[in-house]
Amino acid sequence: MTVINEDAGVASAGQGSEGVETPFQRFVSDFTESKIAVVSAFVVLAIVFIAVFAPLIAPTDPYDLSIVTVADKTMAPGAVMQSGQIAHMGTDGSGRDLLSGMIYGLRISLGIGIGSAVVALAIGVVVGLIAAYAGGRVDSVIMRLVDMQLSFPAILIALVLLVTLGKGVDKTLFALIVVQWAYYARTVRGSALVERRKEYIESAQCLALSKARILYRHLFPNVLAPLIVVGTMQTAHAIALEATLSFLGIGMEQTEPSLGSLISNGFQYIHSGHYWISIFPGLALLFTIVSINLVGDRLRDVLNPRLAK
Amino acid sequence: MTVFIIRRLMQAAVVVFFMSFLVFSGVFVIGDPVDILISDEADEEDRERAIAALGLDKPFHIQYLRFLGKALQGDLGESFIFEEPALLLILERMPATMELALFALLLAVVLGIPLGMWAGLKPDSVAAKSIMTGSILGFSLPTFWVGIMMMMLFAVMLGWLPSTGRGETSEIFGLEVSFTSWDGIRHLLMPAINLSLFKLALVIRLSRAGTKEVIHQDYIKFARAKGVSRNRIILVHVLKNIMIPVVTVIGLEFGGLVAFSIVTETVFAWPGMGKLLIDSIGLLDRPVIVAYLTIIVFLFVIINLVVDILYSILDPRVRLQEMKA
Amino acid sequence: MAGSNGSVPTLDVENLQTYFFTKAGVVKAVDEVSFSVQPGKVLGLVGESGSGKTVTGFSIMGLVDEPGRIAGGHIKFRGEDLVGASEDRWQQLRGNQIAMIFQDPMMTLNPVLRIDTQMIEAIQAHENVSRDEARQRSRDALGQVGIPSPDERLKAYPHQFSGGMRQRVSIAIALLNKPDLIVADEPTTALDVTIQAQILYEAQKLCKETGTAMIWITHDLTVVAGLADEVAVMYAGRLVEHGSVDDVLDKPLHPYTHGLIGSVPSRNKRGKPLEQIPGMTPSLLNLPPGCAFKTRCPRADAACETAPDVTKPDGGHRLLRCHHPHLDELAEVPA
Ligand SMILES: Nc1ncnc2c1ncn2[C@@H]1O[C@H](COP(=O)(O)OP(=O)(O)OP(=O)(O)O)[C@@H](O)[C@H]1O
Ligand code: SF4
Ligand SMILES: [Mg+2]
Repeated sequence: MTVINEDAGVASAGQGSEGVETPFQRFVSDFTESKIAVVSAFVVLAIVFIAVFAPLIAPTDPYDLSIVTVADKTMAPGAVMQSGQIAHMGTDGSGRDLLSGMIYGLRISLGIGIGSAVVALAIGVVVGLIAAYAGGRVDSVIMRLVDMQLSFPAILIALVLLVTLGKGVDKTLFALIVVQWAYYARTVRGSALVERRKEYIESAQCLALSKARILYRHLFPNVLAPLIVVGTMQTAHAIALEATLSFLGIGMEQTEPSLGSLISNGFQYIHSGHYWISIFPGLALLFTIVSINLVGDRLRDVLNPRLAK
Repeated sequence: MTVFIIRRLMQAAVVVFFMSFLVFSGVFVIGDPVDILISDEADEEDRERAIAALGLDKPFHIQYLRFLGKALQGDLGESFIFEEPALLLILERMPATMELALFALLLAVVLGIPLGMWAGLKPDSVAAKSIMTGSILGFSLPTFWVGIMMMMLFAVMLGWLPSTGRGETSEIFGLEVSFTSWDGIRHLLMPAINLSLFKLALVIRLSRAGTKEVIHQDYIKFARAKGVSRNRIILVHVLKNIMIPVVTVIGLEFGGLVAFSIVTETVFAWPGMGKLLIDSIGLLDRPVIVAYLTIIVFLFVIINLVVDILYSILDPRVRLQEMKA
Repeated sequence: MAGSNGSVPTLDVENLQTYFFTKAGVVKAVDEVSFSVQPGKVLGLVGESGSGKTVTGFSIMGLVDEPGRIAGGHIKFRGEDLVGASEDRWQQLRGNQIAMIFQDPMMTLNPVLRIDTQMIEAIQAHENVSRDEARQRSRDALGQVGIPSPDERLKAYPHQFSGGMRQRVSIAIALLNKPDLIVADEPTTALDVTIQAQILYEAQKLCKETGTAMIWITHDLTVVAGLADEVAVMYAGRLVEHGSVDDVLDKPLHPYTHGLIGSVPSRNKRGKPLEQIPGMTPSLLNLPPGCAFKTRCPRADAACETAPDVTKPDGGHRLLRCHHPHLDELAEVPA
């Protein structure tokens, strides 16, 4: 049975230097050919910047209960709060400044998305390499597991885990890692197998090359390109999935609201005209996911030599 | 063909067996089975009795066999809240979910194939580029977010469509359906579109990629050389070829639609089994949760089976190989 | 061009130019090609791989796709110029009056449609006949090209056929509507010798009996010798030599044709080393000026830096494109 996979198309990095251009320079010039991708890359950088420096950027500390008061609840964008500060994007149902809540929420969403992607990537790389190099039984058992897991939608697996484990940052992170590792494992195994075939010729030619060196010099760069692409896309997926789980009320705790939790909160007010409580966090989520995806899309085109005409 | 089906059935049985083991291990071993299966309100004496009754003092493999035996008899526990068999509760809600998922699937195919083929036939046109941009958005936007936006726009601001619920239903073959009345369709429309968007994007991409590939094949040129009309070439030669991957993927994705209906049903308060699950999670009605997960795994296996058979019917090359084997 | 009896030729190609406008530059796949085919006659089109034979065939079928385009010239089918004809007109002609047999038999049949579907649609595209009648005719056509138990075979899918059988099916499809012109692109390369002989026999019979004209594209000079009335030799998108089969094969004037015939093993050349044409086909992308054969030609000199024009070496029917042809061949007393 063929399962068509979006990420499978990436074979290996474009190598071979033309003139004095290093591969990295060529990558940059290829990447910047697309204006949308450049804009998206800047948006991603800005989002990461905001997330990292959230406490410095946010007008108020949404977790500071001493300044949050119910008297401020559901105020429209631009209104002045009890503390005298202007709520540029209004306040939420419990009187928190929405903009500050969003900045902190972005930090949590991004942290979980990137964090889970990085850990899943590490696990996937190790498992994928083991499968490719051990071959035989080990390989087929691992790949069976990968295939079986990938035949179930990610949301379902995350749901099963979170229902059995309960809510929370750590549990959400764990669920997202479990959901993602298989994609990386499959990607790495695929590229590693291609390289392994080449390696036979290589090692016959120069037996002096140590195994570690082959891994580092040949395998790594060729596996890297597809990994970067899959990693970017998966980060966006992870952020979306976390938001969905939090919206369903089985992801983050309300004490640590991610963008998804904020949207979920705002959803209750949608019929009472307080649109901003769900719209603004929603837009933040939208920008985050779409810009990461567009960057990933461009990376796939640039790093895939077959597509880069 | 029969051999083929029997072999697939056996494979399916193995997967169900394996998955039931996983669900069992997940629920009974990783989590605390007492917590999961016994109501929080139960006192100490009740707990002792329940532990004995559930056989939780028995070794693991005995427990597993008991679980299997009961599950095979359709006994997946009783809801704490409704005090009804969990299986029954879920089956009652299933038609609503299935109607939603099928309608979404239909939308994805009926809209996705023509749009994708169009984009594949005229890849440089403005229309094709808009279609592809739309499909990127369809892929990356979370379903619940789009659902909320749709609700806000079409229900709250414009007031064109009702925001929640299922509306008027009528019975067909003993199943409650809503597509028979205008009110029912109005309620069905927004949730179905919302649920279909992701698959629509997928179908568009598959159809476009398939069309772009097929259209350059020699056999298409040969069909033109025979004087066959352009319409027939697109509707017969190209369509039949791209149907193979589309049907396979769409079939496999039907399970995904049922899974994702959890989200859509929650947004639009659609009274299906997904909403029941989320409500049950909120109410800690654990037997229903366990029953839902068991059923959905079973459903997935059935879907994979049906897709395999459909695929072999569509693609003569596979059919022949399978018959020989 | 003078026909044998002054009648209208089935096909008259004049100065055909088919170019591919690729990102890397213009590929002149067919350039200033002229020839004509009379009813009931067979023109052999020979030339090495990549010389533009298939593109010539596609041009005649109106099947040149982007980025290719007919950039100039005329394709007159029974007097009607088809260059610039509407797609509807092409559709009427294709498969009905002009048919083509494609080069690669493995790729010409749609893998997911049954043979009967693919044959019946070829008939019903042009004639208002019932399915049953169309099926009957398809069955007969399969029998004609030597497919055993055609009734059963009609219900099969292409992958159930061998390459040779698929080639015969596509030949049968080309014959279905008894066209006036058939472009056969190496139709017998995938077939074994006996089947090839049978197909050649059928082809010849068809031409004689129904007056069908044929363009037979091939690498195989022995097939040309046995089947064709005239032969046109293509090199790098241009016709370099054109004349009757007897003239060209016995007295090749162009250095390329000369080399080509010298490289064919034959009985009366036994013992002598086979000649070879050195070098490789030039890329058609941005061909340098002058004769395209100059890098490989033993006779090349400064004059060859300018492209040779078409000449009539014997003042009659033969056409040639060379500054220094083997005119000594002409002087030889014919046997
Ligand atoms: N779609 C295209 N785009 C660019 N160039 C093309 C295209 N199709 C054909 N060509 C070029 O046109 C030239 C002639 O090709 P053609 O297929 O007619 O050769 P041929 O004589 O039939 O060769 P063969 O004997 O191998 O079949 C080739 O150099 C080829 O590269
Ligand atoms: S023109 Fe010159 S190079 Fe070209 S074939 Fe004749 S002799 Fe050779
Ligand atoms: Mg050819």
